[in-house]
Amino acid sequence: MTGPGQSSGDRASDRVYLDHAATTPMCAAAVEAMLPYLVDDFGNPSGAHEESRRARRALEDARDHLAALLGARPGEVVFTSGGTEADNLAVTGTMAGEDTGDGPAALVCSAIEHHAVLATCEALAIRSGRDLRLVGVGKDGVIDLDGLARACSEEVGLVSVMTVNNEIGTIQPVGEVADIVRNGSPRAVVHTDAVQAVPWMDLASATGGADAVSISGHKFGGPKGVGALVVKDRVPLRPLFHGGGHERERRSGTHNLPGIVAMVAALEWTSVHREVTGRRVEQLRDRLADGLIGSVAGTVETGERRCRVPGILHVRFAGVAGEALVVLLDEAGIAVSAGAACASGAVEPSHVLSALGFGAEEASSGIRFSLGPTSTEADVERTLVAVAGAVDRLRD
Amino acid sequence: MRVLVAMSGGVDSSVAAALLCARLGSDRVVGATLKLWGGRSDSGCCSVADVEDARRVADQLGMVHHVFNFADAFERNVVDPYVRGHAEGRTPNPCIECNRHLKFDRLLGRAEALGFDALATGHHARRTRSAGGRYRLCRGRDQAKDQSYVLAMLGQDQLARTLFPVGEMTKAAVRDEAGRLGLRTADKPDSQDVCFIRSDQGRAGFLGERLALHPGRLVDEATGVDLGSVRSVELVTVGQRRGMGHGDDGRRRYVTAVDVALGEVRVGTAEAASSERVELHTVTWVDGDPTLGAPPVRVLAQSSAHGRAAAAMVTGSSTPEGAPTGAARLVVCFVEPQRRLAPGQTVALYDPHRPDCVLGSGIAA
Repeated sequence: MTGPGQSSGDRASDRVYLDHAATTPMCAAAVEAMLPYLVDDFGNPSGAHEESRRARRALEDARDHLAALLGARPGEVVFTSGGTEADNLAVTGTMAGEDTGDGPAALVCSAIEHHAVLATCEALAIRSGRDLRLVGVGKDGVIDLDGLARACSEEVGLVSVMTVNNEIGTIQPVGEVADIVRNGSPRAVVHTDAVQAVPWMDLASATGGADAVSISGHKFGGPKGVGALVVKDRVPLRPLFHGGGHERERRSGTHNLPGIVAMVAALEWTSVHREVTGRRVEQLRDRLADGLIGSVAGTVETGERRCRVPGILHVRFAGVAGEALVVLLDEAGIAVSAGAACASGAVEPSHVLSALGFGAEEASSGIRFSLGPTSTEADVERTLVAVAGAVDRLRD
Repeated sequence: MRVLVAMSGGVDSSVAAALLCARLGSDRVVGATLKLWGGRSDSGCCSVADVEDARRVADQLGMVHHVFNFADAFERNVVDPYVRGHAEGRTPNPCIECNRHLKFDRLLGRAEALGFDALATGHHARRTRSAGGRYRLCRGRDQAKDQSYVLAMLGQDQLARTLFPVGEMTKAAVRDEAGRLGLRTADKPDSQDVCFIRSDQGRAGFLGERLALHPGRLVDEATGVDLGSVRSVELVTVGQRRGMGHGDDGRRRYVTAVDVALGEVRVGTAEAASSERVELHTVTWVDGDPTLGAPPVRVLAQSSAHGRAAAAMVTGSSTPEGAPTGAARLVVCFVEPQRRLAPGQTVALYDPHRPDCVLGSGIAA
């Protein structure tokens, strides 16, 4: 077994990384794409000289390219610092009349949203006295569409339902959600946090009907600190950041050009390889899931497999503290996650598992294995052996 | 040997970790900080600042560090009983209950499950061995910082797997060592009071949010005369002097009894508030019960973290028929009357022949 403090020299190569839903290594195409903009073409895209013109050209090329890959128009792309900012901008920026108390009186989101959406909606509701309506999910981890229909009334101004859940990987029917919203809340903006969908799904079809879509570069082979909100022209968007009026007055601040270029290169790379990678990773995921269920007693998969993206496998090991299992697997050289971490680094009780109806004990026995393009059969085999051993030890 | 060291983010546990790394190598020592309290505290939400300090010290020492979320168990075993105790007129010691249920039960169990041979903490206490190989729990070398009182509930089973690396050092030496190593916690002030109660809120504010506080009558214990009122009977503790004023004779008055149900606080003179006898429940022994089949045993009894240990005799009272194990009670008779103990207060018993050594503990009934 690899000791926790072994010299870092052989550590990286020895490791099995199964936490791609947390972040991914950058793909070579993205690294290569960003390099020219670190030193040579370092210009500020907002300026009147050759350096700026070249930077501006690269920025707008990247925007065109991103829009084409996502089936959007270039003017609909707002570059942000990542998924969290995109979600904040979508929620806070679309709820008009926030300061005056005018505008829509209610907003709706699913109970399993990422905290970037959930906490933003909660903060907005508390600040402005608006009614936040949470829509539950079934045991399969998919939003309750009847519940959504009941929540959608005339006074709803925003509905946010994620495309893919980050903890359990379930795909949400965004198109159906949009139809229900149009019907019940004609004034509402439909937002979807598609951060976890990009590696596995064609966004144009997965998020069809949504008015605003959030993505984050580092979840699909791009760099950290860059993302985008793709938002329809007709949706008025109030900026979170004021300043030079970048991004058509929707997001001020000098562009992170190396990051943007690299994110778009990663998106292209992802789009080209998505189908093949998805099929391959799905097989690995099935092997891992079936192997765990077959070899470790008391193992239960969370959410229907057919409703999930290929890369994410959430399982519960009866009677085992997920927090402790993560430590043992880490020592065995395997990186996995036991749920969302709070600012202190502690694993928080999962609001997602709780929304699925699991009690505290059962929810805390969960582990998320998330695979990516670099995952291999050997990773899966090694993980199967390590988990069986670790669970045995913890149940002893 | 692999050791899990509990790191609070304070200077003592930082130096404990540093000493272990020096002795065993940093690849055999892993740090763990417990997230115990979900609410806001003096060091921010979830004590993020303390966790950061612990993590950065671990980084500096080249050791792995984890955060374990024991907030549920802390709420259940420490905070709830603390609140309930006050509602029922008792004054529990949350630090002792945290050590009993969290650090030396949950965390010790976690350490074992993760394959560690021992758990280390930054407490100022010492673990020694008797000639027969039995473990002893002794006061820390720095008498002023000694924490054996809050560890007095430990037994052989826990001590066998526990290390107190700074127990032989004075606090000044601990800070010097932290400074010498350039640890960022070297000058961090000692923690004060109850960790889950913010200083801007105080005990009254904390309890006021969690239970109904009731005004009560202040009654003279000897005469039954009504002396006025107190704002919250739940916040008054037996033995308390503050806020009780003076009697007709100009002498200070002390709380002699609190009856939450009746809403009554009885006060009297220092003598009236003293007692020779206290009965303890939740009795624990470091190395077996010396009162079993024995005449009364001489002990030194200490009833607060930094109080004086007073000479006393203890007698075991046989377990009532049909009562569960652990229902045994212990009667402590002080040689000289002591300020009456509040129900819920812990008494640590020390060996008069080895005044540094803890014999056991119990909670005042």
